[in-house]
Formats: sequence, C-alpha cells, structure tokens
Amino acid sequence: MAHAKDHDYHILNPSIWPLLGSVGGFVMLFGAVLWMHDITPYMFWIGLVAVLYTMFGWWSEVVAESRIGDHTPVVRIGLRYGFILFIMSEVMFFFAWFWSFFKHAMYPMNEYMGSEYVPPEVYAVDAFHLPLINTLVLLLSGCAVTWAHHALVHENNRKDLIAGLAISIVLGVLFTVLQAYEYVHLLHEGWEFGGDKFYSNFFMATGFHGAHVIIGTIFLTVCLVRAIKGDFTPERHVGFEAAAWYWHFVDVVWLFLFFAVYIWGVAQVV
Amino acid sequence: MADAAIHGHEHEDQRGFFTRWFMSTNHKDIGILYLIVSAIVGFISVAFTVYMRLELMEPGVQYMCLEGARMTAAAAGECTPNGHLWNVLITAHGILMMFFVVIPALFGGFGNYFMPLQIGAPDMAFPRMNNLSFWLYVAGTSLAVASVLSPGGNDQLGSGVGWVLYPPLSTNEGGFSMDMAIFAVHVSGASSILGAINMITTFLNMRAPGMTLFKVPLFSWSIFVTSWLILLSLPVLAGAITMLLMDRNFGFTFFDPAGGGDPVLYQHILWFFGHPEVYIIILPGFGIISHVIATFSRKPVFGYLPMVWAIIAIGVLGFVVWAHHMYTVGMSLNQQAYFMLATMVIAVPTGVKVFSWIATMWGGSIELKTPMLWAFGFLFLFTVGGVTGIVLSQAAVDRYYHDTYYVVAHFHYVMSLGAVFAIFAGIYFYLPKMSGRMYPEWAGKLHFWAMFIGANLTFFPQHFLGRQGMPRRYIDYPEAFSLWNYWSSWGAFLSFASFVFFFGVIAYTLLRGARVTENNPWNEYADTLEWTLPTPPPEHTFEQLPKQEDWDKSHAH
Repeated sequence: MAHAKDHDYHILNPSIWPLLGSVGGFVMLFGAVLWMHDITPYMFWIGLVAVLYTMFGWWSEVVAESRIGDHTPVVRIGLRYGFILFIMSEVMFFFAWFWSFFKHAMYPMNEYMGSEYVPPEVYAVDAFHLPLINTLVLLLSGCAVTWAHHALVHENNRKDLIAGLAISIVLGVLFTVLQAYEYVHLLHEGWEFGGDKFYSNFFMATGFHGAHVIIGTIFLTVCLVRAIKGDFTPERHVGFEAAAWYWHFVDVVWLFLFFAVYIWGVAQVV
Repeated sequence: MADAAIHGHEHEDQRGFFTRWFMSTNHKDIGILYLIVSAIVGFISVAFTVYMRLELMEPGVQYMCLEGARMTAAAAGECTPNGHLWNVLITAHGILMMFFVVIPALFGGFGNYFMPLQIGAPDMAFPRMNNLSFWLYVAGTSLAVASVLSPGGNDQLGSGVGWVLYPPLSTNEGGFSMDMAIFAVHVSGASSILGAINMITTFLNMRAPGMTLFKVPLFSWSIFVTSWLILLSLPVLAGAITMLLMDRNFGFTFFDPAGGGDPVLYQHILWFFGHPEVYIIILPGFGIISHVIATFSRKPVFGYLPMVWAIIAIGVLGFVVWAHHMYTVGMSLNQQAYFMLATMVIAVPTGVKVFSWIATMWGGSIELKTPMLWAFGFLFLFTVGGVTGIVLSQAAVDRYYHDTYYVVAHFHYVMSLGAVFAIFAGIYFYLPKMSGRMYPEWAGKLHFWAMFIGANLTFFPQHFLGRQGMPRRYIDYPEAFSLWNYWSSWGAFLSFASFVFFFGVIAYTLLRGARVTENNPWNEYADTLEWTLPTPPPEHTFEQLPKQEDWDKSHAH
C-alpha cells in the first residue's frame, strides 16, 4: 500500500476462501442432485468437505484478525449489524414454513369444493409431555447463555462464562437428542416422513429448526473453546454475542413452533 | 479533493492477475467482475430470445424441430415441432434474466462499485464476503447452465416449466434438470442475501463524516432499499423452492393435492418474493437515472427528499401486492379488490419519481449525451410499462389479459426496457470513470437509437397481439397473429444487432478510446463523491476519509 490508511475500517488482504467455498458449494449441490437421483453420493461429500474446510479456515482467520486488533470499534458495530441482518433473513426463511403450515391448518384441502382428499388419521402427540420438556430444555439453555453473557460483561468472570456456555451446550445437545427420540417415536406410531401435507409441514419446520439448533450448538461450542483459550473481554466479544443472539433466535422460533404446531396445530388434525 | 491530491501520481498495481481477480477483496474489482459476468450471461439469455423470435416470425414451426434444432427454415412436412425445446428456452431466459443478469449488473456491479464511493467508504463492510457473493453468483450461473444441459422432462435436455417453477409442472418434470435449476436459484439467492447484508451494513456504518441519512446520494439510497427487499424476500423464495425440492425428491406433499397440498400456495409464496423482486430489479435503475438526469440537465435533482421517500414507499408497498400476479387462481372478490387497490397505490410514489425527473429537466440546460439519451429512453419506456401496469392491475380487466402477450409486453417494457436501459445509461455514464477512456459519442448514440427502435418494434406490437388474444408461452400461433409477430421478430433482430454492436463499442473504448484524465468528465452537476476521485480510481480509495465540503453542496463553501 502506497499510502497510509487513516480510518478505522477493516481493509482485507486478498483471500482464496470465497473462491474455494463457492467451488465447494457448486460441487456439493451438483453432487446432491446426483445423489438424489441415485447416481453417486461421493460428489456431494467431496463438496461438503470443501465447504466445511472453507468455513473452518475462513472463520479461524477472522478470529486471528480479531486477536491482532483489526476489529476496531466501528468494525465491531458492522459485524453486529451484519449478524442481526443475517438473523432477519433466517426469520424470513422460517416465514415460508409457517405460511405453509398455517395455510394448510386453517384452510385444509378437504374443505374445498370437489376435493377428494381425505386427511389421514394422525397419531396425537401430547404437546405437554416431551415437547414441553424440550421447550424447557431449550429455554433453560438460553438462560445459561444469558448467565454466561452476564458473567462476562458485568463481572469479567471467566469461570462462570465457561460454566454457562458448557451448560447451554449440554442442554442444546439434550434438545437434539430428545427431538431425535421424538421423531423415532412418532414414526414408530405411524407418522410418515412426507406423504401428507401435515407430516410435510411438521417435519420441514421442526427439521429445519433442528438443523438450526445443531448449528447454534456448534457455534456455542466454538465460543466455549475460545473462552477456555482466553478470548473475549467484557468490551470485545462479538463472536460470543452473535452466538448468543443466534441461540435466542432459535429459542424464539421454537416457541412459535411449540405453540403453533404442537399445541394448536396437532389439535386441528385430531 | 483531499484524496485526489494524494493519489495524483501513477499508482503501480502490485497484485498478480489471479490474486487481483480471483481472490479479490476490493469492491471496485468485484463490481467489474459482476458487470463482465452479467454481460456474458445476458448475451446467452438474449441469444435464446432471438432464436425464439426467429421461430415466432412465421406461423408454423420451422426451426425447433424434433429432428434437430436448425438455423435455416425447414420446408413444410420436414419438421415435427419440439415444444420442449421452446419451453426450456423461455424458462432459461426468464431464470437467467431475473436472477443472473439484471440484479448482478445493477445491484452487484454498479452497487458494489459506486455505493461505497458515493458515501465515501474505503470499501464494503465485509470485503471478503463481498467476493463470496460474487463467486456464489458464478456457481449459481454454472448450475443454471448445467440445468439447461442436463437430462430433463420429455426425455430431452433441460426443464421447460417457466421461470416461476409452478407445481405441478415443476414437481412432475422428469430428470434432474429441475433440481439443478432449484439449486441454482438457492445459490444465487444466498449470493444476493450476503450482498444485501453487506450493502446495508456499509450504508449504515461507513458513511463519510457528516453524511446523515438524508444527505446520501439517491443511487446509494436505492441500493439500500433494494438490499432490504432482497434480505426479506429472497429467503421466502428459498423456502418455497426447498418445498418444491422436498416434493420432488422426498415424497412430501406441500403442493400435491393428493396429499392435501395446495399448488396455489406455491404461487402465493413465490409471488410474495416475486413482486419485491421486480422492484429489486428496477430500484437501482431509478437511482442511476436520477444522477444521469441531474447531470445532463445541469440542475440538482428535483425534490430529493420526496425521491428518497418514494423509493422507501415503493419498497414497502412492494411487499403487500403480490397476488395481483394471480388474479385468475380463484381468489375471493375481497382479496382481489384489496390487491387491486394496493397495487394502484404504488402508482403514487412511482409518479412522484417520474414527475420529479421531468421537473429536474424542466428549465434545465439539457445536454443530449449518450447516457442522457438512455435516461430519456428509460423514462419513456418505463412510463409506457407503468401505464399498462395500471391497466393490468385491475382484476376485472386482467381476466382478459392474463397470460396473453399484453402481459409479456408490459413486463418487458418495465424490465427489459426500463431496467436494461438504466443499465446502459449507467454503463455509458460511468465507463469513463471506471476505465479512464471515453466511448465514441456517435457509437453510443447509434447503439441507443438501434436499441430504442428495436425494443419498441419488438414489444409495442405485442400489446396488439395480447389484445387480439394471443396467449403467452406457445411455440406456434394461428395465421391471424402473423403480421405483428413478423414485425416483433424484426425488432428483436435489430435489438440483438445493437447488443452485438455494444460489445464492439466497449471493446473499442477499452482498447482505443480517448483517454480521460480529469476527475469529472461531465460537469459540476455530477457532484457525488465518485467524481472527486482520479480516473480511473486507484486500488484503494478514501484512505483519507472525504471532508464534508467534498460532497455537501447544500452549504455555501
């Protein structure tokens, strides 16, 4: 650079990650098409490895940049904006599932004139058994993250930060396990993966949410590792804050799913 | 001018070719990459339409034969019509234009290059993610092209379901071409969403000192509002096509009535995205046109604040009018009445914009340079398209026009002519700044007039065809429609010739064009920050942030 920069924004060096990640994404999706048509699963896995490697390499670089002080206050504000916007786009993704769910729950096709569709007998899931426990598990996990956040920001207490994160991760994993158990149980009781609009909506919405729980758990785990290594200060912890926001977003989506799909939605079909 | 003074000398570029163009974190280079790739994809997409217009030139099928697609007319009896090929071409044309040409050119290209410059930012907020947007766009384009070339329905290549991918057509289409197309749209959506996050953050966080929101130039405002539309509407589309994918491959029944699903639901979700999408396409064009008209009328743009609020209003209203694309699916009268009224309301902010452009020109000292001609063309064509839009917004009238060539004419007037003319206005306006060379004025004007006449000749007669009742999306038509189809095809050929000529103009300009050395080759009414930079701008701009007097013309300095 010929001239000294005189501002606090982050000007980056050229990077191979975007190209690598995009090539990986192309290979992965092309491979997914081939796999769905029973040609070969390998291309998908190769692409997935490339994508995961890119994520790991890229975000490691971001952490390293933050350690050497590239993330000035204005850059940190930008990162926060960016992450909030990302969560907003995720909310709109869920909007599509909820739209489909509510449409089918409120205006089922069998009520349309001339429809020959007969809804299947759906095994009734009791929202106040396992789903309620799952709700409590996830909310408690959110509380643990908030505790960790509080410990970091107000007390700079690393022990509680690590403990809070660890608890939230364990509860997050527990949620995934319970959700998997519930799926197995429901499929055993006669639910089908697809086959009817009710099952389609249920598995799409809760499955997509479950994927987000897993992503959020990984995100929190990364934060835990970083916290143990000594990252994050009361002033500088954008990565942790983003993980916490993401986790609360996952919480809130679950509450909507719990009330709409489990309590109200299942009551509609039985 | 502080920056210009510092960068006055030749700055030697240290980066190698691969590093500069494949690993870029530079918003200007990424903007240029976007423009180049969208031009290539645009050429492919336009070539498809020329072949389609060739087929439609005469009644009967002479070129798209099952015996093989041909470039010379087949004699009677030699040709079995290949409707699948036709369907693949209209599908590919729509998908490419919608997702891979216009948005990347206006939002990715001009947005990337000029939005940070206009607000005095040294780069985008997330320069590396910016490059991810670009390469995902390339990946998506590759998947879209792969879709055309991979096994599809009717035991042929490609899928012919229309760009809207309506079920049951899209869920029943054989082969895996359709799945490729779905993933192509996913990837381009991810690219656009990342781009939108980047643009919004840049706009909010990196404006020059003193540049409050309502002092930001109109083009940057249009990019900002467009970003919000992308951020909030594209994920919904991603949801819709994910459901399609599940229906196709995993036995789900979101849209299959046999399993209680509803194909009309898909239309609703698609158009909830699709209507904001048309504003995503046109809003950045509005921004460019505002600057071009102000510059070549030698007047500041009329009614800056109403112009900003009109952009915002169009963006907001764009989310609540989607079902006017589907009046004929059997909605209740109340729903139709609502969507009709809401749609007509959009004419108000759009009118504010059109009249403000006219008022900007009023009493100005107008210079008919090439960019201004394109802006004039834009105003005329966009207004024609807008007026037919008002006609179509009426649910009762739409009963007759739905899926006729009248609709085709309408949306090509606003998009193919409105948005594309805005792109060309932007290219001629900014080419000297980007390349440091001036295009030959006569060539730009010839390109304009050829395209203006060609485009009008193509699409104006389609209004007549629509009124006569010619339906969209067919490879053939009865004798009665032959006259205007014939002329429409000649218009398409003329437009295509002008497009080829355009590539020549660009090549000539880049290689032999007259050097531009001054920062601002136009006049003092091109008063946004990009015109204070050297031509072409150095690798890094605004390393010293601009001072308020560089851009704020509202005070006496």
